[in-house]
Amino acid sequence: MTTITRADRRRRVTNAVMTSFTALCTLFAICILLIIFAYIAWQGIGSVNLRFLLDSPRPVGEGGGIGNAIVGSLVLLLLASAFGMPLGIAVGVFLSEFGKGKFATLVRFVVDTLTGIPSIVTGVFVYAIIVLPLKHFSALAGGVALGLIMIPIVGRTTEEMIKLVPQSLREGALALGAPQWRVTMGIVIPAAASGIATGAMLAVARVSGETAPLLFTALGSRFFNYRLDQPIASLTVQIYNYAISPYDDWHAQAWAATLVLMTLILMINIVVRFFTRKKF
Amino acid sequence: MSTPTPTITTKFSVPERRVKTTSAVHLTGPAKVSIRNLNFYYGRAQALHDISLDVPERFVMAFIGPSGCGKSTFLRTLNRMNDVIPGTRAEGEVLIDGRDIYGSGTDVVDLRRRVGMVFQKSNPFPKSVFENVAYGLRINQVTSSKSELEGRVEQALKDAALWTEVKDRLKSSALGLSGGQQQRLCIARALAIRPEVILMDEPASALDPIATTKIEELIFDLKKHYTIIIVTHNMQQAARVSDLTAFFLLGKLIEVNTTEKMFTAPGDKVTEDYITGRFG
Repeated sequence: MTTITRADRRRRVTNAVMTSFTALCTLFAICILLIIFAYIAWQGIGSVNLRFLLDSPRPVGEGGGIGNAIVGSLVLLLLASAFGMPLGIAVGVFLSEFGKGKFATLVRFVVDTLTGIPSIVTGVFVYAIIVLPLKHFSALAGGVALGLIMIPIVGRTTEEMIKLVPQSLREGALALGAPQWRVTMGIVIPAAASGIATGAMLAVARVSGETAPLLFTALGSRFFNYRLDQPIASLTVQIYNYAISPYDDWHAQAWAATLVLMTLILMINIVVRFFTRKKF
Repeated sequence: MSTPTPTITTKFSVPERRVKTTSAVHLTGPAKVSIRNLNFYYGRAQALHDISLDVPERFVMAFIGPSGCGKSTFLRTLNRMNDVIPGTRAEGEVLIDGRDIYGSGTDVVDLRRRVGMVFQKSNPFPKSVFENVAYGLRINQVTSSKSELEGRVEQALKDAALWTEVKDRLKSSALGLSGGQQQRLCIARALAIRPEVILMDEPASALDPIATTKIEELIFDLKKHYTIIIVTHNMQQAARVSDLTAFFLLGKLIEVNTTEKMFTAPGDKVTEDYITGRFG
């Protein structure tokens, strides 16, 4: 063993300091998340029970629940996914597999710009093109608004994930006499499936927390509603309405609804990750 | 060296200007692949210069030459794999069974069915062992029943000397195989659709000596049914597996000859320098 010089000691100290610093930062980020989780759980858990989950809202002091809002949120997310995901994935596939030249650059720029549009603007836009012509708020309009927000997110993550698929796989399939579309559908997209699903899930998680675009489109409702051309309740709008109310009872329900919303997002994430886990 | 010297009928057509052959090289039967005055460009850069070459049916021809001399580029012009790379351009004729594959009537998908390819780096699809081999059969709708499909897959795996190693794990991921097995799987995948010509781009360059030996033995067996063109950096490999050898330098075909002549009495000083390791 050689002697430890001053330079060695300095290097070791620097290493220790930097490692601890990054560890500390990581810990800080995780702690914030845990504190938010814990606080919501602590505030909300007291009001969560079966009746709360199944019942529709009632006047202050008479209990009531968020059953209709849970259903409404799920309906809205389904609509948004049905509209936004295929379009977003198609945009991503186009950009990575077929998009070359000026047009693709333009599309990429437009998609990036779309990502940055405030969600309330999307809400107002859908209000103008769907709600006004039809003359009433509707679940459909809400789904379209959320779907529009999803498109650029799904599109860009799909593009990035598909770009990670090695070119050698495409060539391998082409060399067997596979036409381009079959290479894309049968080899490239499956190879990127778990990444695409993760991106889609991020988009779902993102829009499931949106309130502003729903205020102008789905509006909210105090009843169970299964018609897509009628206003529909959602967890976020319900939380918003209860949170700005002057009643302690409703505040407690807002916390409980927040807890339910976060649990819901977590569950969707787990389920999708399970089904799209790497099989090969 | 056990490769037989080909018997004599037709004459090589190579430009007199560049290519020196020790004597007129004559071969059995008509040429399976004939290249006539082929020039190839990546954008403005010319990668191949006026190449003319005949590959007779059921022979193994090796392409040798230093890195960047255009061997792989040339190989990829034979199944139009370079079409995938934007900005490339080929001039001249590549005749397979007398038909120009760069002619207007050529169906690239059909061409690649007839001219199979094995790549330098094994590129199995992220699917099961079985599905990898079945892929080409499925996309080309070769088989009409499940049992026929299974039979063809089994035969291809046997032809690629892989069957005994994978017959109990057909359903597990191809990515779990060793490097040598993956490469033989890629060969099996190419064999399954029974091409007429097989192009191999340094198929053993990433493999250990044992796996390399297996691939080389395989090539020797496959010669009975297929015309094989192999690119290799390994001179001993060229000497072991091929009947004919073509030497490339800076995008030009310097010499083509029987492998025996090439390695014992090369006709060109440059070839001799390369083979004896004086450069490259």
